[in-house]
Amino acid sequence: MQNTLLGSNFFAAMYLVATVLFIFGLKGLSSPKTALRGNAFSMMGMAIAVGVTLLNPEVRTYTWIVAGLAAGAVVGITVALKIQMTAMPQLVAALHSFVGLSAVLVAAGTYYTHGAAGESDPVLMTEIAAGSFIGAITFTGSLIAFAKLQEIMGSAPLVFRGQHWLNLALGVAMLAFGGHFIASHSMVSFWIMTGIAFLLGFLLVLPIGGADMPVVVSMLNSYSGWAAAATGFTLSNNLLITTGALVGSSGAILSYIMCKAMNRSFISVILGGFGAEASAATQAGPGKAIKSASPEDVAFMLGNSSKVIIVPGYGMAVAQAQHAIKEVFEILHEKGVECKFAIHPVAGRMPGHMNVLLAESDIPYDVVFEMEEINGEFSSTDVVLVIGANDVVNPDAKTNKSSPLYGMPILDCYKSKQIFVSKRSMKPGYAGVDNALFYYDNCTLVFGDAKATCEKLANALREE
Amino acid sequence: MSPAMVGLYVFVLSCFVGYHVIWGVTPALHTPLMAVTNAISAIVVVGAILVAGSGAAASGDGMVEILGFFAVFLAAINIFGGFVVTNRILSMFKKKK
Repeated sequence: MQNTLLGSNFFAAMYLVATVLFIFGLKGLSSPKTALRGNAFSMMGMAIAVGVTLLNPEVRTYTWIVAGLAAGAVVGITVALKIQMTAMPQLVAALHSFVGLSAVLVAAGTYYTHGAAGESDPVLMTEIAAGSFIGAITFTGSLIAFAKLQEIMGSAPLVFRGQHWLNLALGVAMLAFGGHFIASHSMVSFWIMTGIAFLLGFLLVLPIGGADMPVVVSMLNSYSGWAAAATGFTLSNNLLITTGALVGSSGAILSYIMCKAMNRSFISVILGGFGAEASAATQAGPGKAIKSASPEDVAFMLGNSSKVIIVPGYGMAVAQAQHAIKEVFEILHEKGVECKFAIHPVAGRMPGHMNVLLAESDIPYDVVFEMEEINGEFSSTDVVLVIGANDVVNPDAKTNKSSPLYGMPILDCYKSKQIFVSKRSMKPGYAGVDNALFYYDNCTLVFGDAKATCEKLANALREE
Repeated sequence: MSPAMVGLYVFVLSCFVGYHVIWGVTPALHTPLMAVTNAISAIVVVGAILVAGSGAAASGDGMVEILGFFAVFLAAINIFGGFVVTNRILSMFKKKK
């Protein structure tokens, strides 16, 4: 190391500043009021981290660095400005994969720059191996998640016999080659280990079905953090360790919240296969009848009520019905009807997705409530309007022990005086389970495309 | 205490900090939380810069710098993409007029 003591302390101090800025940045997200300022803190932290690293005497040439930063900036900014909010989960999955691959490349590069120079103590080798395989699993796992979310691949879980044994065997082989690399510094072993990790990443996400995607995206978020932390160990850089730990725990907590909201254990999500068995579990008793109504009927009811709760689901986003719903919300608001939105934690395809979609269509965030905040209010609500949500309002989750949804916390819509559900057809929801709510006496279905229904609803309300 | 051990202390304590900070994040902002953690997990760019700028090409090993270039490129997509999209999302959250 050419750094003088003062020099290395200077770097460490600046990295500490960056760490603190990241923490303040995340803290800012505790409220929408402070969130933008928080993001500015995080950006400052990153600018300091990059700027200081460029001054490091170990950096001798700048050509490739500047080229990489510039190209990355062009691609990143272009994508970020163009991406549709409905496609956020895919973007996040793609970005996770980049962090993963970047960690693999840094691990390999560090071996070539340090290991080759004779600095080959087993601790460094272990850290390089860990950085590489965590990064590799994050990379290919995120690619599969991306392909499933983008619908390049079917969202159905891919399960085959002996899958878990195969994964276990691969995991052991990966660790064995990793061990050999640590002992012998054999680059061949390093790449075989990394290759197996790439394969494992694919195999781990393939069996996970579409309904579990919010968990997978959160989990990969967590992995990308652990990959950064492992890279930090390799480079003995506390900034990377701290930041990686922050991101890793963030993803882990989000995974936990998602699992809880679906009443799934983390292990069973990882083992996969959810959705495969569900078609067998249809609970609709034969002979049960449903009622249907026209948007005009719904408008009449809405106009004459004093309290309305709208429950949006991912179907709303697919139908692009947000703006029409906003119209309905505004007209009701003008008429003096109290109108709120209720959001289930797994509405949408990633944590908080629905809040973003509503915010995008200019629905103020202070009328949007989380499940726990609003569940007590359904019994005093005149009309609930369910748009594009299904499993998250299914009362079977509370009452029917044989339902695959049993135990999942739901929005208690069924407690309200009247429920209208906008549906395209009687097709079951994402989990492939029939919805008991549709057969309730206080529930009426409104068939048709969600966007068309909401537009008709808005027109009828305006004419009243 | 070896550097790896110091790193472990930092790591474990940071996990606790992360735990407390992240539980404080409002569920409504979980999507921007993921976007911004994406951006900051691209802190691996620090390692990428050290590899890309190692001057290994001078010693005849251009491969290392190519690795470094791609590592910087991928991390930079995350940094810029992550922060810009977070900003875009957060600007959408408005209060009732």
